[in-house]
Amino acid sequence: MNLITDALRAAVSTSAMVAALAGVGLNMQFGYAGLLNFGHVAFLMAGSYGIALVVADLHLSLWVGVPVGIGLATAVALLFGLPTLRLRADYLAIVTISTAEILRLLVRSNAAEPYTHGTFPITDFARDFYAINPFPPGDYGIGTFRFSERALWVLLIGWCLVALTSVMTWLVMRGPWGRVLRAMRDDEDATRSLGKNVFSFKLQTLLIGGVIASFAGMLLAIDTQSVQPDIFLTTFTFSIYAAVILGGRATVLGPVVGSMSLFALIALIEGSLRYMNTHGWITISDQQVGALRIMLFGAALMGLMVFRPQGILGRREEGLLDA
Amino acid sequence: MRTGDVNDRALAPSRFLTQLVLALAVTCTPAFLAPTRASAQETPATTAPAATTKPSAAGTQVTGTLTVEQDGSEAGVAGVTITVESPDGSEAGRASTGDDGSWTVPLPAAGRYVVRIDPGSLPDGVFLAQPDETSRDVGVAEGRSRPILFGLTAQAGGEQQAGTGGVTLERVAELVIDGVRFGLILAIASMGLSLIYGVTGLINFAHGELVTLGAFLAWEMNDSSLHLTLVLAALVSVVLMGAVGGGLERYLFRPMRRRRVSNISLIVVTIGLGELLRAVVQFGYGNNPFSYRDYAIQQTVPVGPVSILPKSAAIIAISVAVLVGVALMLQRTRLGTAMRAVADNKDLASSSGIDVSRVILHTWILGTALAALGGIMLAVDTKVKYDLGFNALLLMFAAVVVGGLGTAYGPVVGALLIGVVTQVSTLWFDTEFKFVFALLALVLMLLFRPQGILGRRQRVG
Repeated sequence: MNLITDALRAAVSTSAMVAALAGVGLNMQFGYAGLLNFGHVAFLMAGSYGIALVVADLHLSLWVGVPVGIGLATAVALLFGLPTLRLRADYLAIVTISTAEILRLLVRSNAAEPYTHGTFPITDFARDFYAINPFPPGDYGIGTFRFSERALWVLLIGWCLVALTSVMTWLVMRGPWGRVLRAMRDDEDATRSLGKNVFSFKLQTLLIGGVIASFAGMLLAIDTQSVQPDIFLTTFTFSIYAAVILGGRATVLGPVVGSMSLFALIALIEGSLRYMNTHGWITISDQQVGALRIMLFGAALMGLMVFRPQGILGRREEGLLDA
Repeated sequence: MRTGDVNDRALAPSRFLTQLVLALAVTCTPAFLAPTRASAQETPATTAPAATTKPSAAGTQVTGTLTVEQDGSEAGVAGVTITVESPDGSEAGRASTGDDGSWTVPLPAAGRYVVRIDPGSLPDGVFLAQPDETSRDVGVAEGRSRPILFGLTAQAGGEQQAGTGGVTLERVAELVIDGVRFGLILAIASMGLSLIYGVTGLINFAHGELVTLGAFLAWEMNDSSLHLTLVLAALVSVVLMGAVGGGLERYLFRPMRRRRVSNISLIVVTIGLGELLRAVVQFGYGNNPFSYRDYAIQQTVPVGPVSILPKSAAIIAISVAVLVGVALMLQRTRLGTAMRAVADNKDLASSSGIDVSRVILHTWILGTALAALGGIMLAVDTKVKYDLGFNALLLMFAAVVVGGLGTAYGPVVGALLIGVVTQVSTLWFDTEFKFVFALLALVLMLLFRPQGILGRRQRVG
């Protein structure tokens, strides 16, 4: 029984929420526009470090950090897009995966330590956020499905943002801008020949998706209250991909459904493993459980693309599934 | 592979050379503009420091070893006072170096500290290498033993800092040789990436994990279970990994290609595969690095004005031999010609009677075998670790894109360039910036010449 509530709890947890929000951004770039952005985690890093550094080092309000995070995410989008958007999709993939990792290594480096704290976590920057928490202190929920008032506040804001951005995606994709995006994904030359500035549209998509992802990064930082470079590994990007593809790319609710399902599934499996561990059926270390989680992402990605590339909600015809 | 274009390039040498020189100049220019830096980390072995650091046991502390080079060997410097101050100025601890020059100051908590060396406590004839730098500002995390380096020298007046006097011809030559060595290893590892792309149009994001697997397989046989010599273990690993590559193509990618899935789906599959393989290795072996039993510790051998490790020389020799062998195969054998044909125009090759599936299978086998060999050579120096290949993947991408994606010899050119540039950059920059230079080269190449050095000037966008 605990296993079920654990899975439910995981489905609405901050991890799932962050993945969903980042997934909405990625869905716009990858699902609707067909951009192979494998450096998505850099946008989250931009948002997290934006608010963390502004509060911790510059001692300004958290709400000043938000536009800073957005600005950093914009810079990252330009860094990704300007060299590569005129080239083949493969080049975007290579450059994004490399640039995101280099940015992380730069932030992590000793040289950057005076500015970014290097490998040391930045803490205690989210007081402004929790100061406006309307929930009185206490735990809310049933059984193991309970959250503290702080977690509840983060979850409320986070999932509201997810809903907001999903609605925004839906509205935008119904309109002319969204149609151009889809056309670009399906046949770039035809779109170009109709007079649309493909480069500009791609850049806009990177920017918008990136800013949405930076919000996810900010919420991640606010929730964990500890920002350090080793959170923002490429594996993180791939887990968001798994969530988006599982839910159904190029669908409005795909990222939401995908991340909730993915994290519920992980909770189920990890819970079972822990059960088996404590009862001596198997012995694996915590580190191995972490590795197992990544194995799950990888296997999920592979399995999905081989057997059901449209995911849960998607339609096979929705672009780029068949050559 | 656009190997024919190597000859085409001869038609426009000036334009090609100009762009090459431009790319080199742009990547090297920041080196001349950057301020010099004294580092509080361990300096790399290739830059022959005058002092070394050896971290001691666990616990929140700062530590180090003060040695000075005398008569060609390192001697510990005893009796030197090291004090550690908290940011508010109060003393958090002090220590005196032991007979071997080592010292440790345990710290009450994690945080930022100022570590000072007392020059007055240095014995006669020993001086600070950088006399103006008597203190270090460091941050120490919980449970971390932070090594601190104070360079000492027997020359009065201190050594000149890197960038002004440290750039001797010998050092540059050694770094260039090391860059060539690293570049050759990278070339072998990334040649498979380019070949597979040339023949199938697929960028294999799991290529890094194939490199890692090759290194681990050799380690298993060398150090863990069978205790074969490294050379034999390497041979077995290469052959086995070739089979793995063939299996991947035969049972994973060929069926998907038959079903006509898009390239993007295939790329996502390779990503998933890479994640899976990396996690499997991490699951089985953990995060710790392993070493091969053979060739671990060697003495450098002087060759003319520079010193080189015997294993580096061997690696260079083996790499050149392998690359020449691959080139001969591509140019002279039927299979090689077929590979080039399929890479050039798959349909035309198929209609000329070439069995495209067979060619693709052989390309995967060859590419994966080369990746495994590259991984083993890489791990001889940098140890066998679960993310060995993934870290190399970024450099491999840089090498392949700079050299020309899809060409056969592009990775060689690109990898040599990346290797030399990243190694020489350590003259002026910290080693942690090596990746940054590779990426810079990648981005610049994409901005100015997206098809790479050897690539054909077709529409790449």
